[in-house]
Amino acid sequence: MYNFEFAKAKTIADAVKALSSEDAQALGGGQTLLPTMKQRLAAPTTLVSLNTIPEMIGVCVNDRGEVCIGGATTHATVAREAAAHYPALAALASHIGDPAVRNRGTIGGSLANNDPSACYPAAALGSGAVIKTNARDIAADDYFLGMFTTALDEGEIITEVRFPVPQKANYQKFVQPASRFALVGVYVAKYAGGVRVAVTGAASDGVFRWAEAEAALSADFAATALDALAVPGNDMIADLHGSADYRAHLVKVMTKRAVAAAA
Amino acid sequence: MPKDTGIGARSKRREDIRFLTGRGAYTDNLAMQGQVHAVMVRANVAHGRIVSIDTSAAQAMPGVLAIFTGADFADVGGNPAGWLIHSRDGSPMREPKRPVLAHGKVRHVGDAYAAVVAETYEQARDAAEAVAAGTEIEELPAIVGMAGAVANADNRVHDEIPDNLCFDWGWIEDNRDAVDAAMKAAPHVTTLELVNNRLVPNAMEPRASIGEFNPGTGDYKLTTTSQNPHLTKLLVCAFVLGIPEHKLTVVAPDVGGGFGSKIYHYGEEALVLAAAKKLGRPVRWTAERSESFLTDAHGRDHVTTIEVGATLDGEILAIRTNTLANVGAYLSNFSTVTPTFLHGTLMAGPYKVPHVYVNLKAVFTNTAPVDAYRGAGRPEATYSLERAIDKMARELKLDPVAVRRKNLLTPDQFPYTTPVGLVYDVGNYQATLDKALDMADLAGFEARAAKSRAEGKLRGVGLSTWIEACGIAPSHLVGQLGSRVGLYDAATVRVGATGTIQVMTGAHSHGQGHETVFAQVVADKLGIAEAAVEIVHGDTSKIPFGMGSYGSRSLAVCGSAMDRALDKIIAKGKKIAAHMLEAAEGDITFENGSFSVAGTDKAKSFGEIAFSAYVPHNYPLETLEPGLEETAFYDPNNWTYPAGAYLCEVEIDPDTGKVTICSFTCADDFGNVMNPMVVEGQVHGGVAQGIGQALVEHTAYDENGQLLTASYMDYAMPRADDLPFYQVDHSCVTPCSHNPLGVKGCGEAGAIGSPPAVVNAVIDALHRGGMTQVSHIDMPLTPARVWAAMQV
Ligand SMILES: Cc1cc2nc3c(=O)[nH]c(=O)nc-3n(C[C@H](O)[C@H](O)[C@H](O)COP(=O)(O)OP(=O)(O)OC[C@H]3O[C@@H](n4cnc5c(N)ncnc54)[C@H](O)[C@@H]3O)c2cc1C
Repeated sequence: MYNFEFAKAKTIADAVKALSSEDAQALGGGQTLLPTMKQRLAAPTTLVSLNTIPEMIGVCVNDRGEVCIGGATTHATVAREAAAHYPALAALASHIGDPAVRNRGTIGGSLANNDPSACYPAAALGSGAVIKTNARDIAADDYFLGMFTTALDEGEIITEVRFPVPQKANYQKFVQPASRFALVGVYVAKYAGGVRVAVTGAASDGVFRWAEAEAALSADFAATALDALAVPGNDMIADLHGSADYRAHLVKVMTKRAVAAAA
Repeated sequence: MPKDTGIGARSKRREDIRFLTGRGAYTDNLAMQGQVHAVMVRANVAHGRIVSIDTSAAQAMPGVLAIFTGADFADVGGNPAGWLIHSRDGSPMREPKRPVLAHGKVRHVGDAYAAVVAETYEQARDAAEAVAAGTEIEELPAIVGMAGAVANADNRVHDEIPDNLCFDWGWIEDNRDAVDAAMKAAPHVTTLELVNNRLVPNAMEPRASIGEFNPGTGDYKLTTTSQNPHLTKLLVCAFVLGIPEHKLTVVAPDVGGGFGSKIYHYGEEALVLAAAKKLGRPVRWTAERSESFLTDAHGRDHVTTIEVGATLDGEILAIRTNTLANVGAYLSNFSTVTPTFLHGTLMAGPYKVPHVYVNLKAVFTNTAPVDAYRGAGRPEATYSLERAIDKMARELKLDPVAVRRKNLLTPDQFPYTTPVGLVYDVGNYQATLDKALDMADLAGFEARAAKSRAEGKLRGVGLSTWIEACGIAPSHLVGQLGSRVGLYDAATVRVGATGTIQVMTGAHSHGQGHETVFAQVVADKLGIAEAAVEIVHGDTSKIPFGMGSYGSRSLAVCGSAMDRALDKIIAKGKKIAAHMLEAAEGDITFENGSFSVAGTDKAKSFGEIAFSAYVPHNYPLETLEPGLEETAFYDPNNWTYPAGAYLCEVEIDPDTGKVTICSFTCADDFGNVMNPMVVEGQVHGGVAQGIGQALVEHTAYDENGQLLTASYMDYAMPRADDLPFYQVDHSCVTPCSHNPLGVKGCGEAGAIGSPPAVVNAVIDALHRGGMTQVSHIDMPLTPARVWAAMQV
């Protein structure tokens, strides 16, 4: 690790100001950023800690019935506090990493990082969530721009994520044996207006919606509705842990399982 | 009634109190007055010629005290291989120099070619980056795959070694023609090609070393993460740095696991000593986890073709194997014995096989050195054999249990000389097989399989009847085979005036529990409390000598030395007692901690005798020295041959290829058991590593020699939820016939016997599920690999 300054922001405004200095970087739970810094692959001059900002921490339900999660809320808090309002989301949070990771890592950090194997992107895209920043609201459909790439501008911070609560939902994660991130993870959510299916871990462009499955499930919310569908292997990740064909196959298997578990 | 103390008791591991409460003292915990920090500068290419190293920028950086490069060590010795192997044509193996720091060429990613010492760790690290930036390395094509390495005469890991071949070994060469003939005549030949996957050892504590030098006395001290401090001392003194043996102390304090990787002497140990001498200050180095992945000696990495010739009813007639074994870029200390004498000699397994021949070529590649890792050679042999026998049974439509029964040696056949040079002294392989089948309820398997089927899962069961040779070995014999050291061990028993005892052992405990188990043996033998016994290990200034702990040898070899030393203590105690009790020495008996005159009630306790030895007022001073301290060296007469039967039951999810271990049953014969709980723990850990190898652990280099699995993000370790609750039994006992405690090694058994049981179970499940086209899947059996095999 190289030397750096450390700023503990107390308000969102503080944080935004501190982040305007050159090579400053936001620090959520540090579960991704700190290992990168230890390996000297990142060298911010200032770290601006967000988990000291009370207005960015916590889970609540707004008057539209949406579950609102502060951008610096840990996975453990979501697992605990969202359970009554949005069980599928809470269950997802409860299976990220290990207890140490869940007690430090944050939803904002996860979505800002947009690791192609991370879990939260599937929930956000699968729920049609809104990612609220210090500057604007971004629809999940407009937010994920490919592996480790998002619509966030330099210095922009995720202050809250708003999840419309579906009638039924489920997340199925098939773990990569080493990291236990998602080798393939599928989030299925059934809303009055239709079904959303978001897939993480599988594609080289990161999280994506499986449109054919959404159409089929919107017509008939049953695992058998997917029988005739197949995901092409072309855009899938191929690595040590699985071929593109294997991942494509798992997308269908996990989608069916998510539907069965949600129904 | 189970005993609650002494031999056979489940005494709780006393060392765990400090380990589990954070009071262990590991090398990196030890702060030294005036210490400074070393950071190694490592190659980021697998193969390259060092064109130039400009250290001037680094030299000028804050806190920098010294910078070393390969040139600084060009005139000192190299780190040698412990065994000299001869090729089939009689020529000695090719043995390139392994320098402290790479000089001229770098030969694997992570190969250290320079080192920086600075006041702080961060300063050293900054300067190490500057050294790297000032270094020009001309990258050469990497030699990664073994088949390519031996076929490529132009591209060489070591310029002086053509074909990248270290040796081409035949065992036993004289068997070759007979095996070929028997194979040709055999009614059935099963052929299987398999890969024994390379493993990263992953000790919880990374390697660390602290060098100290006292300019006032000329004494050196090395504190290091070692399984065998005496061997490290010998290598540093006699081979690498030329320090007089009496001027170096090597201390291996608490060591957090080794699994083989800490047997060896590594360049960093010599570096910190040389740097301490130069600077007159303690110099410390601790590996980062990334360095552990890149530079700890890896394990396994064999590619083997095994052929088994058999009759149509499954009687084995001949076994022939051809193996390429990766030794990596340099010869680590045991890298030449591991694939040869620890592997080829085991190729008859527990079976009566008339003809066996093993050919093994050791190959240099631009990868990390490969050496002994828990099991060391025996897992590779056992895997080849137990997989091939299963395949043979399947091809002949025979029951794999029956095939093994047909070929297992029977108790009346011992001692048995195998065609590959070992003499098995005792055993009862039928007993452990019966026990395992019974414990695993094999009779109930079909019902369980039906239930799995109803849930859409495939269930299978796999067997491995394993044997291994450990507690190596008579020194004169290993000397003939090429060992450059003896393989005895030593212990000193020091009785204090108040009757408490310290035992200094050459064996080193780095998780095994010696401090508890050795004390149980002493307490039992002397009839005193375990708490009155302390086991001291890991410090060459305190211990007479020792070869350390590896190869499941500690109790069988060092424990035997301790037993011999205790005999001497008792013999001397009898002399003292005879004097004090005014009786003839021959009339004194020793039992339950009491010296007594046979047939009388006259007796002296062990404590009274100890006191008298140090306060010799009433003592035979004319004929006997005061004091009560004895040392014994013990050289074993033979290997010990633990054996057993492992049964694994698995379930496969056909939709994903994921394998779940439903149960794992071990029936082992370890001879006499000193502490059943510790033995169970050793088996649990060994099996966990074996299941890790079979299902998840995988070391992969890309074609440029970059390690793809260089962190836990990509290198999978087995975790609790990958593992079942084991059923472990060691009630089948044939005591070792040639050591005083009747013990056999148990430390590696689990890792040796388990991988083929797991793979056999998966293949069985696939066959039962109708996928009879799948005859083999290479480890690790990850979901992706199993699924892919099912698609063919
Ligand atoms: C062992 C381990 C296992 C894991 N397993 C999983 C898993 O199974 N599934 C999974 O999804 N993830 C997993 N993770 C990742 C984990 O969820 C991390 O918490 C997450 O990726 C990053 O969150 P963080 O709060 O730690 O962010 P940090 O590491 O602090 O930051 C990550 C990036 O996001 C930026 N950032 C942080 N907060 C904000 C914000 N509010 N607004 C804008 N930018 C911000 C930072 O500047 C940085 O660039 C694992 C991590 C570890 C170490």
